[in-house]
Amino acid sequence: MSQHTIGNSNYNSQQLYDADETIPVGFTVNGTHHTLQLTAATTLLDALREYMHLTGTKKGCDHGQCGACTVLLNGKRVNACLILAVTKDGADITTIEGIATADMLHPLQAAFIEHDAFQCGYCTPGQICSALGMLQEGRANTAEEIRELMSGNLCRCGAYTNIVDAILQYKNGGGRD
Amino acid sequence: MIPTAFDYQKASTVDEAIAALTDGDVKILAGGHSLLPALKLRLNQPSKLVNIAGIEELKGIKEEDGEIVIGAATTYHDIVKNDIIKSKLSFFSDSASRIGDVQVRNHGTIGGSLAHADPSADWTALVLAADAAIEVKGKNGKRRIKATEFFTGLFSTALEEGEIITAVRIPSPAEGTKTAYQKFPQPASRFAMVGCAVLRKPDGVTNIAFTGVSDNAFRDAAAEQAVAGKPLDDATIEAAANAAAEGVSILSDHYAAADYRKHLAKVYLKKVLHAVA
Repeated sequence: MSQHTIGNSNYNSQQLYDADETIPVGFTVNGTHHTLQLTAATTLLDALREYMHLTGTKKGCDHGQCGACTVLLNGKRVNACLILAVTKDGADITTIEGIATADMLHPLQAAFIEHDAFQCGYCTPGQICSALGMLQEGRANTAEEIRELMSGNLCRCGAYTNIVDAILQYKNGGGRD
Repeated sequence: MIPTAFDYQKASTVDEAIAALTDGDVKILAGGHSLLPALKLRLNQPSKLVNIAGIEELKGIKEEDGEIVIGAATTYHDIVKNDIIKSKLSFFSDSASRIGDVQVRNHGTIGGSLAHADPSADWTALVLAADAAIEVKGKNGKRRIKATEFFTGLFSTALEEGEIITAVRIPSPAEGTKTAYQKFPQPASRFAMVGCAVLRKPDGVTNIAFTGVSDNAFRDAAAEQAVAGKPLDDATIEAAANAAAEGVSILSDHYAAADYRKHLAKVYLKKVLHAVA
């Protein structure tokens, strides 16, 4: 039985938690450390939206198919709806709220606006987090590759063409200052 | 869309995980990309989840004693990127790079997919064609289950109560072995409506496995026999296609009726055989 540090508390990492018990979990979201008490069944998506009130990350299908809940988990893009929050103790998470600086859009956000890369906007936080994850993967050299590597993010308004244009512009250094 | 409540325990070692598999409906959580949708749809209402995602001994890929060993909690992403897999089991990396989407590949694990045994999963056909053994561990120790004996029906496997998958062990292919996998993907999920995996050894012995066609993935003995040791010319490939997917119960749903699926099986067998010819 090992001791494990989260936030300011210590808890026994192999402890059995009953279904009605809450479990302490700590992670860094957009540079800020959060410590929460959650039931095991709480998804990372619900933890972000309902407990940290970071509602930028959207719940679309809630089954890992649409990508609206895409966040960066330790730098990698994942579907927050298919991850139980308590399993990510100690993780570093970036959501759409952590992408812009205080008074300036991230250049990829600016490129989305410039290219009209959304209509209703519901998928956009996931699209932008996913695109940033993709670019960190060091791939996406052509429009065709971007389409394939962004296939986990659906847009029911059909803004795909403009999404690809926005990503290409940002990637090629043409983001608005 | 909210799972029923369950007890929760995190394991740091395989033995801790096995000890946590107590009586009742206990499910193992690794990547969660098959389990969480099932929990949300309440197809599964386990009394307890045991989280094995943090167990280091279940992660990674190595080669030992003439086998390539993939830890059960290794993600698709890590399989796609691995140099051993790229050079010796290229159909694993090619296929894994086409499962679902990047978000899924970053979190889903090979052991999870095999334990779930979805009739349309890609891994099932791949491990069958690769002559893999599924290594499992329970209270009585480790055992190996041949892939050909592992998939027993719709979402069913030869895993017994209290056992967890620890690794997939694949005989290192001899120099000159050729492999291929092709699928007709469901356009949204990219699950295989029909998928066919082939591994052809230098002596012409050929393993052929289908997924998406029947209740569980299977090796097609008749098609294998039609091509064994023969040059893969058009006539031989046609004969294999004629023999393929006969005598099995064919899945039918609103994406593909049984006769269409059977037709696709033959078409995709021809594609992979041409690819290794």
